[in-house]
Amino acid sequence: MWARVWAIFIKELKELSRDRMTFAMIIMIPLTQLMLFGYAINTDARHIPVGLVDLSQTSESRAVEQAIVATQSVDFVSRYASIKEAEVAITKGDISAVLYLPADMTRRLFSHPLYDHQQPYSALTRPIGQWIVDGSDTVIAASIRALRNLPLDEINGLATARTAPSFEVVQYYNPEQRTVVNTLPGLLAVILTMTMILFTSAAIVREQEQGNMEFLITTPVRPIELMIGKIAPYVIVGLVQVTIILSMGHWIFAVPIKGGLLSLFFASLLFIFASLALGLVISTIAKTQLQAMQMTIFILLPSILLSGFMFPYDAMPVAAQWIAEALPATHFMRMIRAIVLRDANILLLGKDALWLGLFTMAGLAIASLRFNKKLE
Amino acid sequence: MNTDSTKEQQVVEYAIEAQGLTKRFGNNIAVNQFDLRIPKGSIYGFLGPNGCGKSTCMRLLTGLLEPTEGQIRILGENLAGHEESLKQRMGYMTQKFSLYEKLTVRENLDFVGAVYGLSRARRKIRIEELLTLYDLEHQTKQFAGSMSGGQRQRLALACATLHSPELLFLDEPTSAVDPENRREFWERLFDLCSVGTTILVSTHYMDEAERCHALAIMEQGYKRADGSPKTLMETMPATVVEVSGDELRQLKQNLIQHSEIMSAAQIGAHLRVLVKQEVQDPLGFIKQLSAGRNAVLARPSLEDVFVACTGGRHVG
Repeated sequence: MWARVWAIFIKELKELSRDRMTFAMIIMIPLTQLMLFGYAINTDARHIPVGLVDLSQTSESRAVEQAIVATQSVDFVSRYASIKEAEVAITKGDISAVLYLPADMTRRLFSHPLYDHQQPYSALTRPIGQWIVDGSDTVIAASIRALRNLPLDEINGLATARTAPSFEVVQYYNPEQRTVVNTLPGLLAVILTMTMILFTSAAIVREQEQGNMEFLITTPVRPIELMIGKIAPYVIVGLVQVTIILSMGHWIFAVPIKGGLLSLFFASLLFIFASLALGLVISTIAKTQLQAMQMTIFILLPSILLSGFMFPYDAMPVAAQWIAEALPATHFMRMIRAIVLRDANILLLGKDALWLGLFTMAGLAIASLRFNKKLE
Repeated sequence: MNTDSTKEQQVVEYAIEAQGLTKRFGNNIAVNQFDLRIPKGSIYGFLGPNGCGKSTCMRLLTGLLEPTEGQIRILGENLAGHEESLKQRMGYMTQKFSLYEKLTVRENLDFVGAVYGLSRARRKIRIEELLTLYDLEHQTKQFAGSMSGGQRQRLALACATLHSPELLFLDEPTSAVDPENRREFWERLFDLCSVGTTILVSTHYMDEAERCHALAIMEQGYKRADGSPKTLMETMPATVVEVSGDELRQLKQNLIQHSEIMSAAQIGAHLRVLVKQEVQDPLGFIKQLSAGRNAVLARPSLEDVFVACTGGRHVG
């Protein structure tokens, strides 16, 4: 049995190493995608282009503008004479929001309790201006909403009587709130899902398309031997990719790798196996490599969008969470973030590990059963 | 003991026995009520046009396809239920080149040897033997994908015979090979046959079919005739008359109007006419129709048998 598995393993490895394009992609996919997304993905929106309609035109209105610019959340890129012009600019997409400061802004400011702590809150307290926001992008809208309670006392230089906050927030594990710290382990899951499933989903179909299968099934080779021999080389490929991503993340993006390397290795291995098993199942269903590719994308998209990589798992409706639970990527995402960022031990993550293990076995069994040694 | 072994020998005297073999794909019948008996140590041919069921039949006999009806016994064992153990005793060379183009000649052989469970030492010896036998010693490091048709075919045969099978299936082995290589290839088949290997080969070349010990003529899933080439030629249900003279095309058009004439085909300066058996004096009959042209009786060829068996439907 193992002699045959070994023969298939060696054969697959040789074929892989001679396919230069594929070989290059194994290295280039993690390298380029990591560089690209590590720098590009940022949920902390800054320097949003906005407009200004200043009907007040006073030194106070300029002081308010300065205070807002100082937050770095927005950049005032253009000024408009009327709110109508500004609305057109939002529709065209030139700016994401506009700040409207009315003609009586100075009077409103002086009577505002946030500006002058002597002033009482009353029914007559009115906002000093209005933000009109293109709310279609929720991340941008949220950044501007954060400006709602801009401290106004800094404008008059009286910023002394600060009240103590209700809560103190201590941020563990990512104190600087850098997005890349959370993105990078997630990217590991996405890249592994993509390459692992794609490679194996094509593995059996390719033999069929190239006509090797007809010969292979007349030999005494057993389906399970073929399956194991076929996926084994990609385990190595997967581990190479894990190494590339994590070491790049560590050296270039300064992502702290807190957890033990053994836990990390074990979790990655579990996920690689689960993805490969899934790929094999696809491979026994697809008739052509194109179909295999389509099915891979069918799995890949929810793995990116539902696994917690882009949007928090807890924010999703229950039904979507069930779907997410079925995907190996979700479990790996949870494990890898826990291990890399929070120094969790694999034993703490037993449930996710168990699911990946069961998924792998079920996948292998289904693939072996589905692959019968007949031509029909 | 003695009686047991002789009894066993009697049972295993056929390498392949099939009865009532039928294969349907949906409403399509690819193989219809096919009976077959191939004695051990012989070369048996399937002769027929493309799509006549040769490949399907061969796939049924190797266990690649499941028959809709019928029984198959291979090397004395029922095929159903023993496919895997029998695979160790059978070799199969597919119609399309089915080895790995990105592996070298030696790597392909080594892979096939390992898959058939040959030990490392045995593999090494067998591979050297086969490289010499099939004239591939100088190509060991060449990728299979970059080889010529003849070389590929020799490599495929080497791979199919690496584990010294008792029964060898060859599905149109010479379709991508020039005549010179075809001759050599058949020499090698006879070598294999002489050491006791039974060979089942499908072809649409008449000259190849003629080399077989026995053959089956197939058409549209039916076996139309079988036997040795000699028997087939002697017992064919028609007489061959060769006509020579002028305006043979015109004559052909006239002749094929008659129901007694099975077919007429121009071959060089002759018109080869197949006259149905029931005509008492075929030569006289043709002479009378061919208006003074020269007509003689001719020795039947396998092609004539083929045409006679298939009713001339495949000759243009």
